[in-house]
Amino acid sequence: FIEMLDSNKDSLKLEAMKRIVAMIARGKNTSDLFPAVVKNVACKNIEVKKLVYVYLVRYAEEQQDLALLSISTFQRGLKDPNQLIRASALRVLSSIRVTIIVPIMMLAIKEAASDMSPYVRKTAAHAIPKLYSLDPEQKDQLIEVIEKLLADKTTLVAGSVVMAFEEVCPERIDLIHKNYRKLCNLLVDVEEWGQVVIINMLTRYARTQFLNPNLNECLLEEGGESTFYGSDADQDEDEDEDKKDEALSKRKPYVMDPDHRLLLRNTKPLLQSRNAAVVMAVAQLYFHLAPKAEVGVIAKALVRLLRSHSEVQYVVLQNVATMTIKRRGMFEPYLKSFYIRSTDPTQIKVLKLEVLTNLASETNISTILREFQTYIKSMDKDFVAATIQAIGRCATHIGEVRDTCLNGLVQLLSNRDELVVAESVVVIKKLLQMQPEKHSDIIKHMAKLTDNIQVPMARASILWLIGEYCEHVPKIAPDVLRKMAKTFTNEEDIVKLQIINLAAKLYLTNSKQTKLLTQYVLNLAKYDQNYDIRDRARFIRQLIVPTDKCGALSKYAKKLILALKPAPILESPFKDRDHFQLGSLSHLLNTKAGGYQELPDWPQDAPDPSVRNVEVKESVPEWTKCSSREKRKEKKVEKPFYSDSEGESGPTESADSESDSASSSASGSEQSGSGSEESEESEERSDSDEEEEEEEEEYMSLDVLMGPTPSPQVTPVGNFLSSSLVTDLEGLSLTDTVLSPATISPSGSLKSYELLHRITGEGLWVEYCFSRQPFLPDPHMVAVQIQFTNSAATEAKSLRLEEAKLQSGMRVKEFPEIEVLPAGESATVVMGVDFCDSTQAANLQLCTHSRKFFVSIQPPVGELMTPSFMTENEFKKEQGK
Amino acid sequence: MIHSLFLVNSSGDIFLEKHWKSVVSRSVCDYFFEAQERATEPENVPPVIPTPHHYLISVLRHRIYFVAVIQSEVPPLFVIEFLHRVVDTFQDYFGVCTEAAIKDNVVVVYELLEEMLDNGFPLATESNILKELIKPPTILRTMVNTITGSTNVGEQLPTGQLSVVPWRRTGVKYTNNEAYFDVVEEIDVIIDKSGSTITAEIQGVIDACVKLTGMPDLTLSFMNPRLLDDVSFHPCVRFKRWEAERILSFIPPDGNFRLLSYHVSSQNGYPVGYRSLVAIPVYVKHNITFREGSSQGRFDLTLGPKQTMGKGVEAVLVSSQLPRGVLNANLSASQGTYTFDPVTKMLTWDVGKINPQKLPSLKGSMSLQAGASKPDENPSINIQFKIQQMAISGLKVNRLDMYGEKYKPFKGIKYMTKAGKFQVRT
Repeated sequence: FIEMLDSNKDSLKLEAMKRIVAMIARGKNTSDLFPAVVKNVACKNIEVKKLVYVYLVRYAEEQQDLALLSISTFQRGLKDPNQLIRASALRVLSSIRVTIIVPIMMLAIKEAASDMSPYVRKTAAHAIPKLYSLDPEQKDQLIEVIEKLLADKTTLVAGSVVMAFEEVCPERIDLIHKNYRKLCNLLVDVEEWGQVVIINMLTRYARTQFLNPNLNECLLEEGGESTFYGSDADQDEDEDEDKKDEALSKRKPYVMDPDHRLLLRNTKPLLQSRNAAVVMAVAQLYFHLAPKAEVGVIAKALVRLLRSHSEVQYVVLQNVATMTIKRRGMFEPYLKSFYIRSTDPTQIKVLKLEVLTNLASETNISTILREFQTYIKSMDKDFVAATIQAIGRCATHIGEVRDTCLNGLVQLLSNRDELVVAESVVVIKKLLQMQPEKHSDIIKHMAKLTDNIQVPMARASILWLIGEYCEHVPKIAPDVLRKMAKTFTNEEDIVKLQIINLAAKLYLTNSKQTKLLTQYVLNLAKYDQNYDIRDRARFIRQLIVPTDKCGALSKYAKKLILALKPAPILESPFKDRDHFQLGSLSHLLNTKAGGYQELPDWPQDAPDPSVRNVEVKESVPEWTKCSSREKRKEKKVEKPFYSDSEGESGPTESADSESDSASSSASGSEQSGSGSEESEESEERSDSDEEEEEEEEEYMSLDVLMGPTPSPQVTPVGNFLSSSLVTDLEGLSLTDTVLSPATISPSGSLKSYELLHRITGEGLWVEYCFSRQPFLPDPHMVAVQIQFTNSAATEAKSLRLEEAKLQSGMRVKEFPEIEVLPAGESATVVMGVDFCDSTQAANLQLCTHSRKFFVSIQPPVGELMTPSFMTENEFKKEQGK
Repeated sequence: MIHSLFLVNSSGDIFLEKHWKSVVSRSVCDYFFEAQERATEPENVPPVIPTPHHYLISVLRHRIYFVAVIQSEVPPLFVIEFLHRVVDTFQDYFGVCTEAAIKDNVVVVYELLEEMLDNGFPLATESNILKELIKPPTILRTMVNTITGSTNVGEQLPTGQLSVVPWRRTGVKYTNNEAYFDVVEEIDVIIDKSGSTITAEIQGVIDACVKLTGMPDLTLSFMNPRLLDDVSFHPCVRFKRWEAERILSFIPPDGNFRLLSYHVSSQNGYPVGYRSLVAIPVYVKHNITFREGSSQGRFDLTLGPKQTMGKGVEAVLVSSQLPRGVLNANLSASQGTYTFDPVTKMLTWDVGKINPQKLPSLKGSMSLQAGASKPDENPSINIQFKIQQMAISGLKVNRLDMYGEKYKPFKGIKYMTKAGKFQVRT
């Protein structure tokens, strides 16, 4: 090998490395080759290099000094202009577990964390847990890096850094606040493994920050909640008052924090993921966080996973079993999906049985029992035993079928398989304890079984039963004792103990017939090999046989031994497992695994939600060009907004656009009742967050911006987007609070804004909307459709517009004057406004024959576009410009 | 996360190990072997086994156990899903995932595992990205490599991971541009003794083989998308578009991939008793009886087609686990051949094609252990079959369009129905 490695030919080196790697794979020790291999770390051949890396990472820990020889190669790699080489150098460097290079690693990670390339930053995030496990002392410095990377806006980094967060500092939940909304919004586009980690972390986060939505049953519908935030900038005072009152009255019981809602809404589509781990993560999130009424959505997805590999089924069924205890209704419609096939592995069968038992209720018990009947005939005896247990549990929980079950089980007593019989006896014993007086014939029947049945547990159960209810079978009981006394020495220990119990009980109730027998049994027991049995015999003798010496205790012997015993409660082994986070390893094992983060209880009072607010400046780094204008507008818009909503719920830009879009979608559906609102809303959301991520997400936003169906009446216009507008758009959508969701979809309902309120207008009510049609007289103008409604008693005359104080460069093309508008009628006109690509309001004067009103038309950003149709490719081209 | 991976074959030998963090001694697998011994059947080994210092999470595929070693809390499904992804990748690379194939390609396997996990956290699991990093071995390439000494490792650096469509490699070129879609449905049924359906559901997938140049953008629409209310997608599918218009719009990965899988059931969302969605294509008439006291049992089985929309039922295979008491079966088949394994008591009947005019049947007697009492249980019958050119749910693709590229691709769609877990109780 050494010769081959030292040779000049790459092919020889490669061959040597391949053989070495094959040996490593087989678990052979090749550490003696270390010096020869490590020399090749700077080899030009990529494959040789890669295999050397494999070797190095495997053995560096054992050969620390020699491993240091390779470090300089990686340090050089860290400075390479190619991002992939930088990343790979960091990856290998951080994988070398040699304590002496900790400072070098720290430096490299810090540098990489602010690298231009998101891929390198991702690698830096991966390196954090490696360094932490090598030297936990670095924790504080690493937290700083994590904090920095958490603020990263690319999907590539998000999953990896949350992973690092979970490994290094899961307790620093405060680091998440500022990034919470961003993580929620990015989630759909993060790679699947990252999604799992983020969702699990956010579940824990939500448990510390939001209130329990199920605390009281009066849940607020989405609509109510969102009108609260949906106030538009130009809404009238009195209407806001109304809304405030309305919201306040609803708020008292419980209002879901909009951030809580955001999380639920953004995770829901992931139930459709092909990755079972992602589906499970969302399912547990809904189980732990969603209001009761909404948890149901996860059932379908979980049932779908049951078609997957048996290992996946195993884990999913464990979780379903836990869920069905608390939320039975959720899985009831899917009852049949848990039916058992003879080809299922036994461990799956038993779990399905558990779920079926948990799902049993008065309504479906007959179907379930019929199904159980077929299972009892199965060839898999372990499974049959589990079925009998399950029948027992059904019988204890559902009173109506108790007798049926009991009869069924009694029939099983004549089964040829002893295991089946034994299991039935044990279960019947438990059932009989619930109402023994009615079933003396069953007890008699079982007494007869002692002749045949050999399974110790079953014999013990029968004996206990006869002893306990000996007054129901006064004739048989002594006879059984007689037989047992004969075989006593050959019985198993548990049976012996029960024989002693039986003797004691009979002695107390029927001493005339059994006195001698009892003494015989006790004498036998006295010399038994097992000291438990000797102890028991001594104890019983002292207790029941009256002597001079024994004191007060024997007076109470009857009370002690024949006390009424409470019937056992047959419980699912999955009860209360949900204090572990579902889907976790700890839940599966029902013990706390190392590194498990406790799922906290809901807080009593919600912590301050404003901690999640993100300062505007932070989120508009690149778009300085328009940010000044933006900020001005921000102030103007947000002031009334905040005061309206009392500030307590702490809306910020992302939450605003969230709730904003939610509200408008709600109001939209009120108006038009069109079903596409939901999707519009989500498209809107992804639109605004995708823009955040530099170019990464262009691809997704394509169809979003385009809208699903371009309206056909639109005539294609050549170069329609002024480039400054594009930049405006991209910058604004980050921060703009009043961005209307309707901007996206031409086919959706148009949002109307109020121009003149009917009270200020003395009966004249004016609304306007952006019709998104080209304004034909002047291509630079935006078409504004104005609707006049005369709700006054008298007719309005000569309605027209006059320019009041337009911003420089703005132009208005007035609509033709409306001569007369009779009372109760309405009229619609179209006017054109050239906003000069700004979002400043156009201030106008609306004149009637008698009065003048000052009004202003405020263009939402998205409306400043010329409608146009183009294919995705053309769009790409346009955007590329 | 994932600390180490051990591959264990059916005879209990560890034939490959890989560590992503400090080395974990292979003696940790002893706990696994213990559990394996306790389990009666190979598939009954618990997927999660706790040991004093580690947790072992394993999957069984192709009679190889993939045992991952975990040291701290991690969602078990995360590991299980990843291990299955590893197996899928091996299968994709080597055609089969057997011990021999893995041993022959041990270096490629190692390189793959190295790329798939970084410090135990999944890094690149998309087959398209991996293929850019590590070229799959072919006979031709292996020969060329041995002669010229060139490598399997991609010469150019992988760009896929940086791309906005991480599942598609860049610079794809084909002379023949083709896109094939296979709609494959598996029907899972339990039929009870009396012949009535207890449960019936369809598990469908659309597998695609797309070999298109450049960056094509495809849309696939269905005649009856309403059927697809329980679906999961490949990440390339634009979910929002589906929600809004029920159209699948996506930039496909290069090569073979699973576009979506769906689930159609007879019960979900419908009142009890309503089961028009799932048609059962085959019926079984059976009469399997054992009489008390006699050492003979009767076996009588007839198959027939039903609701197949005129398509032939092919590759029919019937299997049944007969009770332990059965010593031998003396049967005659009207077509095909049957075998009975006296050790495992497994009866299999390879029927072939069902001819509706002359229904296949298997009749005869079973001999029981003399003196033994009649078996309590009746065997259940498992059936496999295939029906070409039909999706049993009635799902139909309406059209496939391509945007973004100029050429005209060749398009093809194939339908097939298979029996999944098709079980008749007797």
